[in-house]
Amino acid sequence: MLRFFPAFTLILMIGPVCAGLIGTMLPAFGYLPALGGDGISIDPWRDLLRQPGLAISVRLSLVNGLVATLISFSLVMLFCAAWQGTRIFAVMQRLLSPILSVPHAAAAFGLAFLIAPSGWIVRAVAPFAGWDRPPDIVTLHDPMGIALIAGLVAKEIPFLLLMTLAALPQADADRTRQVVLTFGYGRVVGWLKAVLPRIYPQIRLPVLAVLAYSTSVVDVAMILGPTTPAPLAVRILGWLSDPDLSHRFLASAGAMLQLILVLMAIVIWRGGEKLAGFWGRVWAEGGMRGRRDGTLRRFAAGAAILSAGAVFLGLASLMVWSFAGYWSFPEFLPRSFSLRLWMREYDMLGAILWTTLVIAVLSVMVAIALVLGCLENETRRFQKPGQGAMLLIYLPLLMPQISFMFGLQVFFTGIGLERTLISVAIVHLIFVLPYVFLSLADPFRALDPRYGQTALCLGASPARVFWRVRLPLLTRAVLTACAVGLAVSVGQYLPTLLIGAGRFATVTTEAVALASGGDRRMIGIYGLLQMILPFAGFALALLIPAVVFRQRRGMADHNRV
Amino acid sequence: MRVFLAGLSIVAGLATAAVAIPAKADPAPDIGNWQSVLDQARGQTVYWHAWGGEPRINDYIAWAGAQVQERYGINVVQVKLSDTADAVAKVLSEKTAGVDDGGAVDMIWLNGENFAAMKRNDLLFGPWAEQTPNFAYVDVEGKPTVINDFTIPTMGLEAPWGMAQVSFYYDTARLDSVPRSAQELLEWLVKHPGRFTYPQPPNYMGSTFLKQILTELVENPKVLQQPANQADAEKVLAPLWGYLEDLQPLLWRNGQAYPQNGASLRTMMADNEIDIAFSFSSGEVSSAIEAMELPDTVRSYVFDNGTLGNTNFVAIPYNASAKAGAVVLADFLMSPEAQLRKQDPQYWGADTVLAMDKLPADMQKAFADLDLGIASLSPSERGTVLPEPHPSWMELVETEWQKRYGVAQ
Repeated sequence: MLRFFPAFTLILMIGPVCAGLIGTMLPAFGYLPALGGDGISIDPWRDLLRQPGLAISVRLSLVNGLVATLISFSLVMLFCAAWQGTRIFAVMQRLLSPILSVPHAAAAFGLAFLIAPSGWIVRAVAPFAGWDRPPDIVTLHDPMGIALIAGLVAKEIPFLLLMTLAALPQADADRTRQVVLTFGYGRVVGWLKAVLPRIYPQIRLPVLAVLAYSTSVVDVAMILGPTTPAPLAVRILGWLSDPDLSHRFLASAGAMLQLILVLMAIVIWRGGEKLAGFWGRVWAEGGMRGRRDGTLRRFAAGAAILSAGAVFLGLASLMVWSFAGYWSFPEFLPRSFSLRLWMREYDMLGAILWTTLVIAVLSVMVAIALVLGCLENETRRFQKPGQGAMLLIYLPLLMPQISFMFGLQVFFTGIGLERTLISVAIVHLIFVLPYVFLSLADPFRALDPRYGQTALCLGASPARVFWRVRLPLLTRAVLTACAVGLAVSVGQYLPTLLIGAGRFATVTTEAVALASGGDRRMIGIYGLLQMILPFAGFALALLIPAVVFRQRRGMADHNRV
Repeated sequence: MRVFLAGLSIVAGLATAAVAIPAKADPAPDIGNWQSVLDQARGQTVYWHAWGGEPRINDYIAWAGAQVQERYGINVVQVKLSDTADAVAKVLSEKTAGVDDGGAVDMIWLNGENFAAMKRNDLLFGPWAEQTPNFAYVDVEGKPTVINDFTIPTMGLEAPWGMAQVSFYYDTARLDSVPRSAQELLEWLVKHPGRFTYPQPPNYMGSTFLKQILTELVENPKVLQQPANQADAEKVLAPLWGYLEDLQPLLWRNGQAYPQNGASLRTMMADNEIDIAFSFSSGEVSSAIEAMELPDTVRSYVFDNGTLGNTNFVAIPYNASAKAGAVVLADFLMSPEAQLRKQDPQYWGADTVLAMDKLPADMQKAFADLDLGIASLSPSERGTVLPEPHPSWMELVETEWQKRYGVAQ
């Protein structure tokens, strides 16, 4: 039975994913009969290349994606190297985890209100500087995209940290660290030389996911990124929502270009890995101990605190906005507070949270079952999935979602599954499964095979080994993967709206629609409401192992960091 | 393992055994026979795809839904969109999949380019709008835009729902006098650099600002009513580009960055980033004051030579599942009662499409008695309503703007 899991997964994924891809590819070459495009041509590409500022948009997407990923990755590794196993590490871990449940757009709005020339930071200074109007300087939407990079880094650090945490036990990080310390290495250098090489293969997929996301992000880029011109993904969205439907051809070509860009970013990153691996080996063999790393450690802690602090302050600003009466510059706090907007949303809240939860639980349960099935199958047969299959699973993360959606809509409408709970759950699954897979695959594969072998030698059946040995050992990783999947599902806007045809109002469809009105109060309320379910998910992922294994020190250790 | 397999087989079974849900064919209602339309509409559910960014508007839509439920037994569900284009895309994807009946979208709130695109691609049901009972009250003579959507004849494919006219607004606590023409705006900006901007075209409001300037500066405004290819476009647009040449460096952030949409302008007013903003409805400004987004010292005004005005509509896709229900709902939205509530800033504050002299006396009085709100302009304060240019001008302007100013680096 187990051997059919990879096939099941592929069957579920292949239709929608191929439909999404084809639905983008054909119009990119001029084929879309509903709009009178009956033949194949390269006109959409010519049109695309003629767009003013295209080269700048492409550069912004590629460079910002790579830089944001490099910074978040480096900071997370540095922080782990400097503080893993200390109390500060445990505290930061608790601080950073909630940030994962903050929707990207809400975090970006919060950050925007912090750093805008009329934002909180300037407001704090304004009375002393005597400003009654905000300085006319560019902080948000800066042409280089620095604000955008900052926003992405602040939001991706917690994700990468969580992924690293899930990987640390398999890398036997604690004991490794102790050994290098006794060799006289400084904490940071010792960790980077001995633990990082064992961690990195386990978190490579999440890092690449961050890279793909940062290169193709739309919502954060609209709130923080440059506008003259905007990064490619934002411009694609603009073309796709252009009332002139013939822009869809151009948009599809843009979406294909975006896919190529993401793949390029990944190739560049992999090239960087090779280089870093080569130099890292030379560096490690040099034997430099790096004992005086106090400054570096303080820098790492500072950077982590700064990034977490920015998101928390941003969230605090959303919270204040959600209760705010009239609030203008340079007032540090609103003139009055009001519960009015919360009250009006309260009535419908139960229903939309419930819808959101049902869809999320359905898609996450199927995703985790499929992923565990595939991975267990792989372990028993010593057979890794082919590159093609992996690309298929990850494709939904690599494509601009909005262009992908067109083909998906045609697919679901075509098989008559549109507007049903099942179709919404399946379309969520398409985006949830890759994240669950990349969260779980590496820790699962890195689990010491000797546990299973020992159990088999003692006469346990393979099924029993899975249920009684491997799964308990992986409790934390599995729950983390579920929580990540839940957060992904809750955050889906376009798939829910378009495949559900508006029949399923979730907290995110409401949030995005209301946010388009631009009132920070509504953005605040729904930003916070969107956090509820993912936050509960991540909290459970932390709590359950602690409770279940409270009497088993070894298990607790294995599931703790 | 068994649990997993059971769950999986359910999902796989549902996915593979998914026989197409037979699309319920909804025969085109016979609009001429209103009773038959009402009969057909009873029990239908109308999925109305409408921009959902304004809680007050959502509340109004919910009210209208409750009314037609009570009166005609029609269930109305608002599908809240962040962008009307999503609904257009939905219909387009259904046409691509061959779903010519039983579609997901029953009604769309739209106008201008979205309407033109849907009409051009045969995505609309109709004609129906002009045969509905309440269309008789519509001010076809006084408000020609109710049947000409951005110069495109509606031909009964959409029903007028509300009027909009560009109005500017400012905070009387911050400004004593305001510029009242394109030229004055430029002179004012020389003295107050950085205190004005417009949303980045092709955003609707941003393009509207450019069209307003164009309409004001063009030598012969009549050419704008014809498609652009019938005129010497370069010559017609030259004054606009000359004007922007001077304006751009004086804009907020020197024109290096732009707000996204009209709503951002409101936020920027509250943040004291700019001194003058504009919207498509002065009632919206009153609403924003009530919602505490703007201070109560904000007031609206229009340019002396008039501002652009247009109408927004509701249309029914060609493959809608509840056409009769949508027609009845649209008719209710045009009723004096619904339009009265719509104009009341307590609920929404959008201008009516109806002609006062066509209404019964009591309704005329009710409209006259409305308190329009402190920042709303009464009909007499609104000055001349300028017609929207033909959409082809907008496309030209947007493309050229993108070339000149969309790449600031």
